[in-house]
Amino acid sequence: MITMLRAALAATAVALGGMLASPATYAQAGSAADEIEKYRQALQDGNPAELWEARGEDLWKKPGGPKNASLERCDLGRGPGVVKGAYAELPKFFADAGRVMDLETRLVWCRVNLQGMTEADARRSPFGSPERKSDNEALTAWITSESKGVAMAVSLDHPKMREAYDVGRAIFFFRGGPHDFACSTCHSEDGKRIRLQDLPNLTVKSGAQRGYTTWPAYRVSQGELRTFQWRLNDCFRQQRFPEIEFGSPASIALTTFLAYNANGAPFAAPAIKR
Amino acid sequence: MDAGRRKALKTGGGVTLATLLAAAGWLEPGSAHAQAGGWNKAAFDAKTLDEAVKAMGGGAATPSNAITFVSTPDIAENGAVVPIGVLSSIPNTRSIAILIEKNPSLLAASFDIPPGTEAVVSTRVKMGQSSMVYALVNADGKVHVASKEVKVTLGGCGG
Amino acid sequence: MADPMKIRATLVGDSTEVRVLMSHEMETGQRKDAAGKTVPAWFIQSVTATHNGKTVLSAQWGPAVAKNPFLSFKFKGGAKGDKVQITWTDNRGEKRTDEATIG
Ligand code: HEC
Repeated sequence: MITMLRAALAATAVALGGMLASPATYAQAGSAADEIEKYRQALQDGNPAELWEARGEDLWKKPGGPKNASLERCDLGRGPGVVKGAYAELPKFFADAGRVMDLETRLVWCRVNLQGMTEADARRSPFGSPERKSDNEALTAWITSESKGVAMAVSLDHPKMREAYDVGRAIFFFRGGPHDFACSTCHSEDGKRIRLQDLPNLTVKSGAQRGYTTWPAYRVSQGELRTFQWRLNDCFRQQRFPEIEFGSPASIALTTFLAYNANGAPFAAPAIKR
Repeated sequence: MDAGRRKALKTGGGVTLATLLAAAGWLEPGSAHAQAGGWNKAAFDAKTLDEAVKAMGGGAATPSNAITFVSTPDIAENGAVVPIGVLSSIPNTRSIAILIEKNPSLLAASFDIPPGTEAVVSTRVKMGQSSMVYALVNADGKVHVASKEVKVTLGGCGG
Repeated sequence: MADPMKIRATLVGDSTEVRVLMSHEMETGQRKDAAGKTVPAWFIQSVTATHNGKTVLSAQWGPAVAKNPFLSFKFKGGAKGDKVQITWTDNRGEKRTDEATIG
């Protein structure tokens, strides 16, 4: 099993061969990759994620919940109501809640404490579908967009942040499940690919930066905006692990590890991806 | 390119596409939109070039290199979203249509360009598979055509 | 109750560049849902853009236009502060109009 996986992961050329409708036409993998890059570029102008951002901004400003309050007094870490640049400093330790929170956890907290929602309501449908749109995704899209271009600056000064980072790191390298995979199985070498998809090396600066700062993203294949939380869930699935609980300490710890590793890079999402 | 592709190009530049458009009533600028409610069902229902040939009426579309594809990739990573842009430098361009040869319905979109609007439009289409893409331009009652092959790779892995 | 469009209209030289994103499923009518039932076609059929009451673009679309459609075009005669209005109508007869100010 492991050998099979290794073979599948290592072989760029083999992977390419399986992907193209008519591989013979593209003798050089390089030119195909260049063309794919052009495709990705062409999509940058007019990212449907903007539709989510607009809905999120509206949700932030509109009174809602049992208390009919807006989220405009929500403190995302830079003071009540400050959205600009807030995401680049998350996760963060919040004294009012007494724990480390990532953006989505904080949003749940604000919707409970400011808007008077129940915890269960605030956590409902973190991920949307065409039938049921997710407020969490829309809010996340808008708030993250307000950090576009801001350098990632997650601080581990608080001991609880340091602890979250260490736990996150341990999860990243923890092997298990039916295939004996860890995140690091797929994400700790340079130049690995599955078919045409580059697998970022999340243990080095450049890889961590790219892998973290380009989420949330509008997924072309799904026609939906997906959050970093969703990305993590999907990788747990790839790893044949049980799904990670939305807003759980493990999820926040892993996010802390990855976000901190991305420090210094300008935040570049919501992006658009295949 | 290989013989298959040349053949496809020839078909595309020949009578059949003009036929499709003639049958669709698209040759007359504005006429498609003149119908109440506006949507030209016949044009969007045409499934094959042959089907259109049977319904035949008009003349040939002239291949033109004054029509260019802009921001249109040679390879689309995902057929669900394929950017297609068409720029016509043919004077008096009045309409532009985008057709995908291998799609169940050939016609994807048509645009009427009133005077004062530049003859350049971009949108994004779905493609079920690699296919020739045609850009048809109506200018002064004449139909011009350009084509481009777009390959589609389906990103089969990882949600 | 479709979501609003996102419209950008920018004056570049003497030409106004309009870029529009629309929130729409654009169902082809060929897809099957989890239960194996065909999901009925549902797509934007026509789009009209006006500037000062004059039509600057009209389009007819089939279901092959991608989900959450993108459209861009350019017209002459716009000035900063003018409004550009876009209206779409889908095959269920639903309609949505939004506008943007040329910047
Ligand atoms: C079996 C291999 C595999 C395992 C194990 C795995 N991933 Fe992934 N990961 C992928 C694939 C495939 C992608 C998608 C690449 C693409 O679509 O471009 C991906 C993408 C990502 C991305 C986004 C990168 C980007 O640039 O968009 C992040 C972040 C990530 N994984 C984190 C993790 C974490 C954290 C774990 C452990 C919980 C993990 N992955 C486990 C295969 C794996």
